[in-house]
Amino acid sequence: MFSATRAPYSAILAAGQIKASQMKQEHSALYPEEESGILTFTKRSRPVETLIQAFLFFCASVSIFTTLGIIIVLGVESSAFFREVSLLEFLTGTTWQPTIGMFGILPLLNATLMTSLVAMLVALPLGLGVAIYLAEYASERIRETLKPILEVLAGVPTVVYGYFALTVVTPFLRSILGQDTIEVYNTLSAGLVMGVLILPLISSMCEDALSSVPRSLREAAYAMGATKLETSVKIIVPAAFSGIAAAFILGLSRAVGETMIVALAAGAGPNFTLNPLKAAETMTGHIVRISGGDISYDSMDYRSLFAIALVLFIVTLLLNAMSRRIVKKYREVYE
Amino acid sequence: MTVDAGHSAASRTDFSSNLAGRHSTSARWRLVFMASTILAITFLGALILTIIDDAFGYVLMVDAVDQKSLEQDGVPLLEMDANGLRAVIEENLSNRRQRALNRELPFEERSTADLLEIVLAEIVKPEVVATYTLYESLFNKRAIVDNASTAWPDSTLVFRSWVSMRFLSSSQTARPMTTGVLTAVKGTLLTIAITLLFAFPVGIAAAIWLEEYATDNKLNRFIQVNIYNLAGVPSIIYGMLGLAVFVRVLEPLTSGSAFGVTASGEVANGRTVLSAGLTLAILILPVIIINAQEALRAISGSLRHSSLALGATKWQTIWHHVLPASFDRILTGTVLAVSRAIGETAPLVVVGASTFLTQDPSGVFSKFTTLPIQIYQWTSRPQPEFRHIAAAAIVVLLALMLSLNAFAIVTRNRLRKQKRFG
Repeated sequence: MFSATRAPYSAILAAGQIKASQMKQEHSALYPEEESGILTFTKRSRPVETLIQAFLFFCASVSIFTTLGIIIVLGVESSAFFREVSLLEFLTGTTWQPTIGMFGILPLLNATLMTSLVAMLVALPLGLGVAIYLAEYASERIRETLKPILEVLAGVPTVVYGYFALTVVTPFLRSILGQDTIEVYNTLSAGLVMGVLILPLISSMCEDALSSVPRSLREAAYAMGATKLETSVKIIVPAAFSGIAAAFILGLSRAVGETMIVALAAGAGPNFTLNPLKAAETMTGHIVRISGGDISYDSMDYRSLFAIALVLFIVTLLLNAMSRRIVKKYREVYE
Repeated sequence: MTVDAGHSAASRTDFSSNLAGRHSTSARWRLVFMASTILAITFLGALILTIIDDAFGYVLMVDAVDQKSLEQDGVPLLEMDANGLRAVIEENLSNRRQRALNRELPFEERSTADLLEIVLAEIVKPEVVATYTLYESLFNKRAIVDNASTAWPDSTLVFRSWVSMRFLSSSQTARPMTTGVLTAVKGTLLTIAITLLFAFPVGIAAAIWLEEYATDNKLNRFIQVNIYNLAGVPSIIYGMLGLAVFVRVLEPLTSGSAFGVTASGEVANGRTVLSAGLTLAILILPVIIINAQEALRAISGSLRHSSLALGATKWQTIWHHVLPASFDRILTGTVLAVSRAIGETAPLVVVGASTFLTQDPSGVFSKFTTLPIQIYQWTSRPQPEFRHIAAAAIVVLLALMLSLNAFAIVTRNRLRKQKRFG
């Protein structure tokens, strides 16, 4: 059959009597399945789709430009700073007084660590307590009511917490401890309020970790005669430990980078002290205070802010990376 | 690990003999866990109560010039029309000061409220001698009145709501009794508009790339990890980035000089609404991307497959089916991110918010201040009046955030009703 139909076609072709367009018509009449590319398996080019795809990729890569921007900006300004101040002096000096050329970051770093430590001392036990209560003890209805309330606590702007620290917590502490023992600006008050700020973050992350421990573990513990407390503390909390540790580290990272509470309540002026009742300025507090005033772009003051920001950036980046690593590496996987 | 813990606990304790003791320990700790939860919620309550406590209360004022002496034909000062107020100004203010004010804006063109403001500020000069919180005003009223009549016999005691229509509709002034949040609210809305305009499309597009197009290769994995990292960078670092890039490097663009725009009389030097909005956009971009990715991931694969099977291209599938189906979730995620942007303070201080603005921001190239910045400024003042003003501004800020969230919830519910499937 094929040879029969093909014969006239090739005969015409051989004779060379018809034009190319006629030949094509003839061809598609004889082989309809080959027409208009139905059987062509090459991808049709769609310029609009390609363009859209390129745009989408560009938008996704904005995040890379942001990171690059942060690294370049902090790097360039800091390197200008470190040409005049040695890295050793910067990291080990105990006085930060730009007016006389003393750039030792320790007083600022120390204040940051103190406020963060106080915050974690508040947020970790309370946050874990809240998480255990919500995940293990509370009924479904109580949990559904309490969780949004805690989310509201997390959504309040930090400057409002700063206001709260300065106008409520500090006067309260001063009335308990005495006006002379505790200064108007102090790291204790800032740290306590920061703990409240971080509490919802820690409690929600811990609760997620506790809830993801499978039910069978609880039931096995109860079957062995364990009480609710023993089940929670000896079985569930250890099983969810990686999530809890990750929450703790992420909370610490938030505390280190937190700005407005310490800017309002911890004090204005670097002070190298281990006494939480005294005023001391943190890294973030210093950046905000100096950049909020009139600052000339070509001064050491300006560049020193970028050096502080670089330290802050590295510390928080390491903490965040550590948190993710812990989750990845030590998570107990249940079938 | 878990098995070990359980095993050692079992071998150490005798289960049957001490059962009552173990159960009472369990009950005691239950109370401890409950107490920590109650404590956390108490903090929220204390926070809200403090703000309300400071936003209302008695104010004790002493006028430098008695208001009664300024009455014109028996009309008290506060009820006068513009002509009456102009007469008061002419009578009581020095010629030099009158000329100076007239040069700023002729008296004939000023509004009644504006004129009253001048009379109060330049002639009456009421001075606040004491302010009280709502709690004191309600429960210690007798002591307040006694104190007022003995210590300041000429004083007037008024109950003041620091949040008032006047507070909402007045621009910023230097005095706590007359200042308002209009300048800051305008600044906040303009800044957030810029933020949304940039962060929303870019964020959604990036999420679409990562969820729908990206193949599992090194570059895309790097982008993803990078976004998670950016979400954890402290906001003040973004402020430094904004200061260096938008305020300094891109100054010709962000100050508007490249477009031939010059701010009227004020030199903003790149410290503009535009710089602030872009800084916040970069700040919330990772959050928007992560939320949008979760929204897209929640859409089932069968929706995509049926669209593709009917011959739609990939982009047609995304645009006509995946995006509409996930839009309610994307909206919720975006509103959460925008709420965060509205409350951000530190990066805007670093980018260069103005401490005092005489003019409301009029466009993207104006100098700016926002509500959180004002709260920061007012809280850090030592005078007690500013504490009340800060509380009032906090009420406005929280109301703004709340209404935004309410709007999002209503819109989301409406979208859900319209949705045919998914």
